[in-house]
Amino acid sequence: MVAQNIAFGIIAAITVAAALGMVTTRNIVHAALLLVAVLGGLAANYVLLTAEFIATTQVLVYIGAVMVLFLFGIMLTRAPIGRIPQMTGATWPVAALSALALGGITVYALIDRFGADSLATDNTVFRTADVSDSVFSQYIIPFEAVSVLLLAALIGAVVLARRD
Amino acid sequence: MTGLLGLAYWAETAIKLGVALVVIPTAALMLGYLFLLKMMAFMQSRLGPTDVGPYGSLQLIADAVKFLQKEDIHPAAADRRVFRAAPVVVLASSFLLFVVLPTGPDAVVENLDTGIFYAMAVSSLSVLGVLMAGWASANKYALLGGLRAAGQLIAYELPLILAVMGVVIQADSLNLQEIVRAQAEGEIFGFGLIGNPFILTQFIGFLIFMISAQAELTQTPFDMPVAETELVGGFHVEYTGFRFLLFFMAEVATAFAFSALATVMFLGGWWIPGFDFDAPILNVLGPVVMLAKILVVAFIIFWIRFTYPRLREDQLQKFAWKVLIPLSLANIVVTGIFKVVL
Repeated sequence: MVAQNIAFGIIAAITVAAALGMVTTRNIVHAALLLVAVLGGLAANYVLLTAEFIATTQVLVYIGAVMVLFLFGIMLTRAPIGRIPQMTGATWPVAALSALALGGITVYALIDRFGADSLATDNTVFRTADVSDSVFSQYIIPFEAVSVLLLAALIGAVVLARRD
Repeated sequence: MTGLLGLAYWAETAIKLGVALVVIPTAALMLGYLFLLKMMAFMQSRLGPTDVGPYGSLQLIADAVKFLQKEDIHPAAADRRVFRAAPVVVLASSFLLFVVLPTGPDAVVENLDTGIFYAMAVSSLSVLGVLMAGWASANKYALLGGLRAAGQLIAYELPLILAVMGVVIQADSLNLQEIVRAQAEGEIFGFGLIGNPFILTQFIGFLIFMISAQAELTQTPFDMPVAETELVGGFHVEYTGFRFLLFFMAEVATAFAFSALATVMFLGGWWIPGFDFDAPILNVLGPVVMLAKILVVAFIIFWIRFTYPRLREDQLQKFAWKVLIPLSLANIVVTGIFKVVL
């Protein structure tokens, strides 16, 4: 377990550093690229938690699709090279407060629920088949709810994008 | 923790890393020489390289040495750090693809449970490097090339993944070894001698996969992102020397990896008819058979590249969204029905 702990420390340090860099950088494309580093660090931590499928999904969806769309949009509109003098919005204290509150609630909920639990250390990997079995049996209702939500978002996007 | 040959985990990993670091550049050189130099030359009634080595076979090595000697130039207005990182991101995406490619019962770097899904995920990372290169070059042609590449790769990643779904449904697994096993142990109407290569049952999937791969590799007729006549050279117009070499290597190595994926999913992979699936001798013969099949698939990719003219940007997008995606969805539905009924 020592190797995993060391790896977690390194990955977590990189992720946190990238996250801080992302909110303080003066270049919008740099901010987006640092966000990629944060999401990649999270994917690496999922691998350490033996959740291979989640890690792969994180890379495919967030880095491969969402971030590419972000960058695409930024570069298509306005993305000068170099420092932008005014990158921070006037409402940044509110944003910082709500981020702190969300982080606090999440940490409290996790410690409250899983505080003393630990992962099995016998190198088990959660197989993708097990993930899909539980999604399509035990968690079928949340899964369907999320599907409908995504469908609604999709239709909404089409309606907004239509000109006529 | 011991694995192959009873070696310790770190020793096994070191050996695998060494083999991968030899195989990937060799694969890139082989495809580059055979198809980009010689085949293109013959198709255009030229001789191609003839001087360096027998039949000019060492030409690309000479080219690589030339690239390494060149001055490392950054455009004055470029964003230096992003400019330098971009080719590394593209190359890393292509190297990561090789991690899951199986070439024998035990001859695979890491037999990941999510196999093909992982391959799709890491192959999508290259877009990031392309966008970084296009933006950081501070050149409008490079930026346009990067944006075109991103639009194209987003559009063609969907049919690529959806085409793979048919194979996954039929093989019952995302794992590439299990996909090979499903083909080796399959039967064609009770005739099991050659197994059941999925190209027979998933022919539409194979077609969609090859077309989308062609677009993902930005090969003609989908080469708008690097169209010389419109964009000078696209996203890598400002790159020289070894950074350009990295882009070139990544392009050819990715072509090799995609050919290998097509081989594994549709042509039966490394399995040879008549052998047991786990026969140890296949660790030696498997890579040879696999290479032969890869070269056939890569031949098709480059054959199309040298034959067809470039599509227009709107034709390309229409083709992806209005033809390929509905077709691949229909393919999934039909495969699913057969899976349940049979």
